[in-house]
Amino acid sequence: MYKIIYKKSLTPTITLMKVLAPDVTRHAKAGQFIILRVDEKGERIPLTIADIDHALKSVTIIFQVVGKTTYLLNMLSEGDDILDFVGPLGKPTEIENLKKVLVIGGGVGSAIAYPLCKALFEQNTQVELILGFKSKDQIILKEAFETVTNHQYMTTDDGSYGEKGFVTDQLNKILKKDQSYDHVFAIGPIPMMKAVSDMTKNYQIPTTVSLNPIMIDGTGMCGGCRVKVGDGIKFACVDGPDFDGHQVDYDALLKRNMAYRLKEQKDFEDVLKRGEA
Amino acid sequence: MKNLSLEKTKMPLLDSEKRQNTFCEVALGYNLEDAVLEANRCLECKHKPCVDACPVHIDIPSFIHEIKEENLEKAYQIILNESMLPAVCGRVCPQENQCEKVCVRGIKGESVAIGRLERFAADYHYEHSELGCGFEINRNHKKVAIVGSGPAGLSCACQLLKLGYDITIFEALHMPGGVLVYGIPEFRLPKAIVEKEIQQLMIHGVKLKTNTVIGKTLYLEDLFADGYKAIFIGTGAGLPQFLNLPGETLNGVYSANEFLTRVNLMKAYDLTYDTPIYKGQIVSVVGGGNVAMDAARAALRLGAKEVHIIYRRSMEELPARKEEIEHAKEENIVFDILTNPVEILGNETGFVRSVKCMKMELGQPDQSGRRRPIPIEDSLFEMKTDVVIIAVGTTPNPLISQTSSDLKTNEKGCIITKDDSGLTTKAHVYAGGDTVTGAATVIEAMGAGKKSALAIHKLLS
Repeated sequence: MYKIIYKKSLTPTITLMKVLAPDVTRHAKAGQFIILRVDEKGERIPLTIADIDHALKSVTIIFQVVGKTTYLLNMLSEGDDILDFVGPLGKPTEIENLKKVLVIGGGVGSAIAYPLCKALFEQNTQVELILGFKSKDQIILKEAFETVTNHQYMTTDDGSYGEKGFVTDQLNKILKKDQSYDHVFAIGPIPMMKAVSDMTKNYQIPTTVSLNPIMIDGTGMCGGCRVKVGDGIKFACVDGPDFDGHQVDYDALLKRNMAYRLKEQKDFEDVLKRGEA
Repeated sequence: MKNLSLEKTKMPLLDSEKRQNTFCEVALGYNLEDAVLEANRCLECKHKPCVDACPVHIDIPSFIHEIKEENLEKAYQIILNESMLPAVCGRVCPQENQCEKVCVRGIKGESVAIGRLERFAADYHYEHSELGCGFEINRNHKKVAIVGSGPAGLSCACQLLKLGYDITIFEALHMPGGVLVYGIPEFRLPKAIVEKEIQQLMIHGVKLKTNTVIGKTLYLEDLFADGYKAIFIGTGAGLPQFLNLPGETLNGVYSANEFLTRVNLMKAYDLTYDTPIYKGQIVSVVGGGNVAMDAARAALRLGAKEVHIIYRRSMEELPARKEEIEHAKEENIVFDILTNPVEILGNETGFVRSVKCMKMELGQPDQSGRRRPIPIEDSLFEMKTDVVIIAVGTTPNPLISQTSSDLKTNEKGCIITKDDSGLTTKAHVYAGGDTVTGAATVIEAMGAGKKSALAIHKLLS
């Protein structure tokens, strides 16, 4: 059992939790993820490690309530236990020898960008950040990012904060003026990562994306998380979750992530109904 | 009284029609009368060929003798001397290739049903005795780490426990048992049985750390730093192989591992669990081993109207156990033999709609000794199917060797061992089971675990 030692709502649907998991903190690095199971009959779901507190021996996760499992997770309070919490899984993000980078975080994906920015900033890489959200009330981690980046651009789809438009609009503007970035990291919804990769490809700037496909064990055993990258098939859990953004077949990934949509929707509706009753 | 029947005493089975909708065990097991009758077929030969053919060397004639005398607890204790997983082995060991293969009764007629008798002795014990009665242990307080809680790890743990060691088993998943819980379906091996056999070890002081991936959560070096004097790696061969066919990333294409994990470990057949699974009306399983049979029969029980086994050689070469093939046939699984898939076709939403196959014929024997399948020209045809399960083998998981550069592996990813004891290229680290040999059987993994345990004992004493 893994105790929740801190919980905070970042927005009405996005929650931050610090979970006591001493063994997981031992080797965890930016870009890696954990798999958790809320209760005995629950699913195993992967969530990216948003931060590591070595003093408290806790792992921070940030998640959006999108289905039954995240709903049940969000029902837990400080002092409650999560049944299973295993990690760190996947490969850490490769960040060595970078002088100047552009990190792009979209929506709840921004949570994944945080440990990355922190790790880059700590090794003295110049970090510029584009954060994009649907609207002002969805914004998360703005202050936290300020301490680990050199410059921040904010966008909202509806223009309620920062620039109006998508992160790619901002990216387009930036790249027209300045192409001196060694690397671009894009983390967020699949269509966003695809759009970013298409744009950076024109400028030939190496781009890393972080994928979050369906998986079970997270150790390479089930092969469920396979994604098409270039000509080959990769397992996101052991070969990733980071991949060359210019090589990923996003359309295939989008389709694979829809595999259980009907069941997921029904489970979510059922649990919401029960919650209301 | 000697039983001269040339045939094994029949094992009662769950009616094949009833199997369609239930994951209940198919083979129901002997009752006392059946067991004594079958035990009386054993000649108790002096040279005991069966004992040598058993990878863990259970004293088979002796335990069968006790069944004859109806000393059932004594029979169980004799097995326990060599194996702590008799209820598991009695069910899933390929006895026909081991102990039963060399049985003297098998020369003329069928061999003694050693597996069924082993299962009977174990089941009888669990029904009639308290968990945990067994053996005395003189503790030596030396710590040994076991990586992986499947058959190899459990067997190694058991042996070292008896020798007095302080054992901790590290398991990556949330439940111990390895392939016994994620791979083998309930209808062939009830999980309550596995749980009881593992519980026995825990009662005697073996510690278990689930949710711990060695090579990720902790490295081998961490274990040594934490005071473990030796490490046994029994992480199996869990990495699924695919065929690299076009269309393999479509929804509805599963590795047998994923399909069986969803069904067995994550209980997708039980609607009170949240595990999703894409069922489909027509299911095609590619491969002909025990895993393929398990996947096909599980798909049937999930409600498929039609289940096919697609296999590129003939019925003769099917690598699955005869018993499993028989059960699959009884359940109306269709065997599409001499058939090889070449492409999986999908619909516009990314789900499987059919599998394109080629007919094959058999040529001369190849390196494996089996006749080589050769494609028949112009024989392509399309089979309508909703789900394709790829069951063509697995390779060892590389996570540990990736974070331990002095642990050498061969080109197939198997951990290299220096000798029979399982000693790896890294001092005080042993390995055994599928992670060394590639995918094999439960009992072979147990045999390897036991051998390493004895070598570790020699090293540390």
